[in-house]
Amino acid sequence: MREEMRRDDRVFVMGEDIGARGGVFLATEGFLQEFGERRVIDTPLAESSIAAIALGAAMHGMRPIAEIEFADFIWPTINQMVGEAARVRYGTNGKMSVPMVLRAPQGGGVRGALYHSQSVEAFFAHTPGLKVVTPATPYDAKGLLKSAIRDEDPVVFLEHKRTYRLVRGYVPDEEYTIPIGRADVKLEGQDLSVVTYGLMLHHCIEAARALESEGISVEVVDLRTVRPIDRETVIESVRKTGKALIVHEDTKAGGIGAEVAGIIGEDAFEYLDGPVTRLAGPEVPPMPFAPTLEAEFMLSTDKISAAIRRLAAY
Amino acid sequence: MYRQMVLVRTLDERIWMLNRQGKAAIVASSQGHEAGQIGSVWALDRSKDQFYIYYRDLAVMLTLGMTPVEIMSGFLAKEGEPLSGARQFPTHGAYPELGLVNLSNVVGTHIPQAVGVALAAKMRGEDSVVIAYFGDGASSVGDCHEAMNFAAIHKLPVVFFCENNRYAISVPLSKQMMVDSIAARAEGYGMPGIEIDGCDIIAVYEATAAAASRARSGGGPSFIEAQVERYLPHTSDDDDTRYRSKEELEEARKRDPLIILSAQLKESGLLTDEIEARFASEARDIVDEATDVVESAPYPSVERFYANVYAEE
Ligand SMILES: Cc1ncc(C[n+]2csc(CCOP(=O)(O)OP(=O)(O)O)c2C)c(N)n1
Ligand SMILES: [Mg+2]
Repeated sequence: MREEMRRDDRVFVMGEDIGARGGVFLATEGFLQEFGERRVIDTPLAESSIAAIALGAAMHGMRPIAEIEFADFIWPTINQMVGEAARVRYGTNGKMSVPMVLRAPQGGGVRGALYHSQSVEAFFAHTPGLKVVTPATPYDAKGLLKSAIRDEDPVVFLEHKRTYRLVRGYVPDEEYTIPIGRADVKLEGQDLSVVTYGLMLHHCIEAARALESEGISVEVVDLRTVRPIDRETVIESVRKTGKALIVHEDTKAGGIGAEVAGIIGEDAFEYLDGPVTRLAGPEVPPMPFAPTLEAEFMLSTDKISAAIRRLAAY
Repeated sequence: MYRQMVLVRTLDERIWMLNRQGKAAIVASSQGHEAGQIGSVWALDRSKDQFYIYYRDLAVMLTLGMTPVEIMSGFLAKEGEPLSGARQFPTHGAYPELGLVNLSNVVGTHIPQAVGVALAAKMRGEDSVVIAYFGDGASSVGDCHEAMNFAAIHKLPVVFFCENNRYAISVPLSKQMMVDSIAARAEGYGMPGIEIDGCDIIAVYEATAAAASRARSGGGPSFIEAQVERYLPHTSDDDDTRYRSKEELEEARKRDPLIILSAQLKESGLLTDEIEARFASEARDIVDEATDVVESAPYPSVERFYANVYAEE
């Protein structure tokens, strides 16, 4: 973000506690000192207007990055993002557009309970006109965020808050971008494809590595973007391995896994040697607070390994 | 009242300590808000009124009758936690027997809900009053404004009780609004609004009693802005040194509601050093015992993990 703000003075950030506090996760630490109050706006606590004001500024020549403190508070912005931002280009027949980014930390496993744990990607991914990005690694996050900021359309950018502390990875200082809508094969394998994104990528890779010793060769596909989904990469992988396990933290029904399964059913049906399988969060509101209950909700490397073994043996 | 204030302060300090020991995952402290919370509860009718609180209202919970063990079992997420079965953050869930509701962490959503409760109370011909507690930050949310408007139109029995500590996490009042008085907005919606010293429990009691009697007699809603202090960081996850000066905090400490009430009581001869010391040691004993009980309790089992997503057969 800092690099983009230095590069392009149309870029500015707005949200709660992003100024002196530097954001609750310190994503904008030092921004106020470097860019001043004009481009680093601490807003009142009012999410609908955070999205709406960013939308307005984007239509009028600026490149806002609006931050929602936790994705669980994003619902008031649905009116503005799904109802309005997504339709501006279509509804003006291309005369106007909304080049804005709505950033929010999401996901659980952090003792965040019912209101600091939810994954919200599926709600936005249903909407034509929006792009939805869910990076899993620091390297991807930087390249995708740059693309999101430079994108001509509204992008919802959802970072898993557990990856902030859990995942460390090399991030080059130099300039690079990663295109939105392109998946990445994070691990190559022959027997089975695991399609995932966000925090679960790390558990899937861990599970895949551990299963090598059992003679199961797993390919791990990181979607990175859940709208649009990179059909080609998914299909290519599943055609090669013949088996697909889709893994996400979000609850199962109506989730991204259903969409991926649909794509595989449409374009890789004749190549399949087993049922397209989803492993996802349980059908309860995400997610309870007590450590015992939270662990019951969250997927883990063990749960993923078990699902891989089952499908591999099919 | 004083005894409750000593107990809640002692409990609050202990819970903060349990967080620092890694035992309580998250804590929002009520320190500096106690007079507003306790004084307002005393001014209402605990046998029938409804209390829609938010996360900082530990003293409301205690004054309504939750025990220290019950409260602490929320912070340590233990089996038998009464508000949500430890599904939610501490202080969240409901205790209908006490008229206590704290559904959500989403700031401000409960304010129009409380108005709906008042609407139902009126439709059902009850004479209960609903009080909605919230912070200065919450007063910026559209929901708050929509709630005030509706409550005024229908003359609903609501008390809007704003605990103004001048911060929404790190965002100071000056970046939240251009007006000095939040209560001044009330008039724009057609209800009286008053600002009171929320560290003075007597002032809080009187203002809330007046608002409650107006509500109960069909006079409609009122807005009370209680000016309080937040002595600790927003929550145990916050670092207030990033945005708040030592001097400012020292100044705020001079308005400690506990010290103010103790001085008031001593001046009128109702409190002696001896009684004060007794209250303090009594509170320590209660909190020590609660800590032992809750620390040795188990975490909830996963047996009922799927229960209560929907009505059960
Ligand atoms: C809708 C929503 N937005 C943001 C947050 C994150 N958040 C939690 S508390 C808070 C500040 C609330 O301040 P205030 O209402 O003044 O209450 P205080 O904590 O000062 O008592 C914020 C921004 C939230 N919980 N809900
Ligand atoms: Mg406040």
